[in-house]
Amino acid sequence: MGAFLAGLGLIVSGGLASVLVGRRWRSRAAVAGIVAGSLCGLVAAGRALAGGTTPAMHVSWPVPYGSFSLAIDPLSALFLVALFVLAPLAAIYGGRYLEEEHDGRSIGGVWFFTSLLIAGIAVVLAARNGVLFLVAWEVMSVAAYFLVTFEHHRDEVREAGWTYLVATHLGTAFLLAMFLLMGRATGSLEFDAMRPGAVPPALAGLLFCLAVVGFGTKAGLVPFHVWLPEAHPAAPSHVSALMSGVMIKTGIYGLVRVLLLLPSPPAWWGWLLVGLGIVSGVGGVLFALAQHDLKRLLAYHSVENIGIITLGLGVGLLGVHAGMPLVALAGFAGALLHVLNHALFKGLLFLGAGAVAHAAGTRDLDHLGGLGKRMPWTAATFLIGSAAISGLPPLNGFVSEFLIYTGAFAAALTGRGAVLAAAAAAGAALALIGGLAVACFTKAFGAVFLGEARSRRAASAGEVAVAMRMPMAALAVACAAIGFGAPWVLASIAPVLGLLATAFGLPAPGPQIETLRAALTRVSLASLALLAAVAVAVLARRLLLRGRTVGTAPTWGCGYAAPTARMQYTASSFAQPLVDLFRPVLGTAASGTLPSGPFPARASFASATPDPADRRLYRPLFAGAAALFGRLRWVQQGRIQLYLLYLVATLLILLLWKVR
Amino acid sequence: MSWAPFVRYVLAVALAPLLGGVIGKTKAFFAGREGAPLLQGYFDLAKLLRKGTVYSTTTSWVFRAGPVVTVGAVAVALALVPMGGAPAPLAFPGDFLLLAYLLALARFVTIIAALDTGSAFEGMGASREAQFSALAEPGLVLCFLALARNAGDLSLSASLGALSFAAWRSHAAVLALVAAALFIVFLAENSRVPVDDPTTHLELTMIHEVMVLDHAGPDLALIEAASWLKMWVLGALVVGVVVPVRTGAAVIDGGVFVVAMLLLGVAVGVVESAMARLRLLRVPQLLVASGVLAALATALISG
Amino acid sequence: MFEINTLLVGLLLVNFVLLGASRLDTGVRQVAAQGALLSLLTLAEHAGWGAPWRVWLLALGSGVVKAVVFPHFLRRALREADVRREIAPYVGFTASVLVGVAALAASLWLASRLPLPGPVASPLLVPVSLFTVLVGMFLLVSRRKALTQVVGYLVVENGVFCFGLALPEDAPLPVEVGILLDIFAAVFIMGIMIYQISREFDDIDTDRLTSLRDEAT
Repeated sequence: MGAFLAGLGLIVSGGLASVLVGRRWRSRAAVAGIVAGSLCGLVAAGRALAGGTTPAMHVSWPVPYGSFSLAIDPLSALFLVALFVLAPLAAIYGGRYLEEEHDGRSIGGVWFFTSLLIAGIAVVLAARNGVLFLVAWEVMSVAAYFLVTFEHHRDEVREAGWTYLVATHLGTAFLLAMFLLMGRATGSLEFDAMRPGAVPPALAGLLFCLAVVGFGTKAGLVPFHVWLPEAHPAAPSHVSALMSGVMIKTGIYGLVRVLLLLPSPPAWWGWLLVGLGIVSGVGGVLFALAQHDLKRLLAYHSVENIGIITLGLGVGLLGVHAGMPLVALAGFAGALLHVLNHALFKGLLFLGAGAVAHAAGTRDLDHLGGLGKRMPWTAATFLIGSAAISGLPPLNGFVSEFLIYTGAFAAALTGRGAVLAAAAAAGAALALIGGLAVACFTKAFGAVFLGEARSRRAASAGEVAVAMRMPMAALAVACAAIGFGAPWVLASIAPVLGLLATAFGLPAPGPQIETLRAALTRVSLASLALLAAVAVAVLARRLLLRGRTVGTAPTWGCGYAAPTARMQYTASSFAQPLVDLFRPVLGTAASGTLPSGPFPARASFASATPDPADRRLYRPLFAGAAALFGRLRWVQQGRIQLYLLYLVATLLILLLWKVR
Repeated sequence: MSWAPFVRYVLAVALAPLLGGVIGKTKAFFAGREGAPLLQGYFDLAKLLRKGTVYSTTTSWVFRAGPVVTVGAVAVALALVPMGGAPAPLAFPGDFLLLAYLLALARFVTIIAALDTGSAFEGMGASREAQFSALAEPGLVLCFLALARNAGDLSLSASLGALSFAAWRSHAAVLALVAAALFIVFLAENSRVPVDDPTTHLELTMIHEVMVLDHAGPDLALIEAASWLKMWVLGALVVGVVVPVRTGAAVIDGGVFVVAMLLLGVAVGVVESAMARLRLLRVPQLLVASGVLAALATALISG
Repeated sequence: MFEINTLLVGLLLVNFVLLGASRLDTGVRQVAAQGALLSLLTLAEHAGWGAPWRVWLLALGSGVVKAVVFPHFLRRALREADVRREIAPYVGFTASVLVGVAALAASLWLASRLPLPGPVASPLLVPVSLFTVLVGMFLLVSRRKALTQVVGYLVVENGVFCFGLALPEDAPLPVEVGILLDIFAAVFIMGIMIYQISREFDDIDTDRLTSLRDEAT
């Protein structure tokens, strides 16, 4: 716990220092604080993951029902590892990135809020008191708001910040209600003192729903995800990486933590999570396919991956309910491992997207291209991230998806009726998500890095600085390491599974973990075999080509004499068949003028895919609310004295009501 | 440890190109032509392996990585497939997922290698490949699930090993559904009619073949070899379901298996001769249908 | 000098002067006087000269801030903003004083009903502090100039501070809150409101803020 607090202190003081010190030292102070603090935090988290719970800390706090109760159990530790691995890499990257991107605006504020965001997430993950949790939650959310609105001179950024602020506070409102009800039922807001037995089943259902909405908003589950594709692209890229990689995972963490505090889950909780997971997963990847903006595409993929994680949790709950420990543990293990994996590859991809935007000056896929030759490092790491997020072996994404699949299929082997339906649907959905993710990331990688440049800026782009390349390389290595070392990784999260098994009343998870480990060992073996086979193929080709002519020529243009870069298939054309197929869901609208006549003069085409949850659900809802509250407009006279009068009147009425 | 799985593996690698010859001969027979020799696949490979190569100036290392990773992935996938009653060299619970995702990896690198050329035609092929395979994926996985549920085991070797002619007698309908779904996936994944026509002469209408337009020499040989191997991988699954011969004698089982594989080639040839290619817009319906068949089978098989 | 009731009556009278004052600098002076009285009151509450050093510190600190620093700032603001020196009220001065009388009655009644945690040094302490709060609120609501807003705010704060004195010694929170409010008033209200308003509108009349209102669409 000491190391954890020291880490927090270092991070926050680094952030404070970056506001106070001179211009040239701002980034360095904050980066140093974040790196040193994260190392301390990693030590604390690693210790908790290796040796069980570290001693908890309780310090009283004058806020009603609040206390500084902090503890790191294996569950917290797992999420903390994701945070403290990604944070320093993002910070190192950001140190260089901001130097060139901020065009004159002060970066002290960005660093201050970045440090606050990291510290806020850390406290959320370690808090063991409802009030402290909510306070840290708000610190995290508000810090993220200031980071999202960093480029506040742009209209769409302010709009995005506004959407985010409204969404996050709506979510928090649900959480507040949940903690209040929970505190009333259990008699305490200390997590340790809450007794699941004290919660009646009907209330437990309500609490679970509140948690799903509240935490689902932060995590970005469909249909509460509308803020995510707006806010993530607006923030500076290293902050997007942190938000997408770690911040939204606090929603998953909260959900799991609350599940531990509630009585044994009924079946419909599992079905609800599986359903939400499928909708989010498939919806997220479909909307990603329809995007033109690289960072927006990645943001929708966060929705998809949160869907996969939720799916895993749902499968786990189904296993708990059906009394199938293997199903439960495989589902939970897959979900939790995917949290870590997604932090790594999504962090990597957002950093790569930042590098691309930085080098080529645009994030529009249809204006990029050919960057692979000019930015080989970025391209190679982005490729690894793309393959990992598509769930391809031998990388880490496959490992966690494999575990979730195993859980779902183990349930489907013997399950009947609703369990079978849910498990089979989960498996089929995962397969569809995987296939669509391959389509989406071949599109993204192809449009950005392959072929010829589609704009002048893209044609003159150059590789980014070493300080930006190294974090990406480190994350890529981590993705591969988890892929090849899957059995060891599973063994190292075994304490978390033990914790969950105890909480859900399952037998000690030893045998199940052994089963999964044996399968993962074979997967690793196959990964090594794949590596060897590829190496053999490479060697064979080299031997065969030795001494023969290896020529170069322009790409075969099928007889066309004057090909240009503009004739390439664009990202939009690549995705068009799938987007067209799913038009009823996506609602993509196309506009433009088609070429006509023997000598067509000017033609244009544009397509846009606005989010239907935003368009069909929230806009009417908020418009209705606005109309309703518009009737109260007479209250607003714009006179400060009148507002004060309202305040005074309210206070007096309350006072009179109390002393009456 | 028995050597049978490894012998079968080597035999599969050796025999895979023969499948193409069988298909070609069948089609020639229906068209009333002499057709290319049965061993044409081997001749093609030998010719390509002797050549030099030409790379497009637009391409980068991604283009060069395409063929080697494809062939590597498919070679490992082949090691996961049980053939002729013997378990696969690499068998474990959930191995079919690795199989499906290795094929996805092969597809992934083929697509990006195609996009690396910057050619509109190859982009077009890549786009279609991405679309169709994404839609074929749920069907494939559900087929595996139905088989696993039938056997009560999550490994492919056990799933196929549990099948027998007795099983066909007791629940023929369900197994027929699985076989039909698998056959559709087999045709789609291997770029055969009615999804794709590998022998068409118009780049605009091709899918897989147009993606590899710019590969030449040993690279193209690797791609061809990977295609044959992939056909063998998925074909072995179809054969494993349809012809579950289990005498226990390795030679007989293996022999029957090889004959069945060649008959599968004939079946493909018949389909290609009897059917026209579907319109591209209709292909998704076919693939969704395979998914529905597999889902039905999953629901009908009692666990 | 440390007679609690005398000091409290003084506080009360100052409030009435504030209600009836027609010039801005009178208001500032009265608020300063109120601050000084409060600091004396703090000492009186705790045995006069023999008060512990903690109380001395609090008394001196609040006295200096409220009787010297704030008035100084307010006068400077008045000078620099260069505005007309009259208080522009929405409610006339006579009416204000009458409202004050009503507020005093209400405070006495409220104080009699209000449950308190312990014995209080003087029966007048609670009513006077409530009255000060009410007067401050009334000033906030009924005066037009931004500077009077600050004055009203300070009066409210004085009332809160005074009320805090009525509570037992080991309740540091109200005192802390009072001090926090001081800082808030000093930094935010003065800095932002007065200078910004006078810069934007060449005037410190809060009526000008009406133009910032979101119009119906």
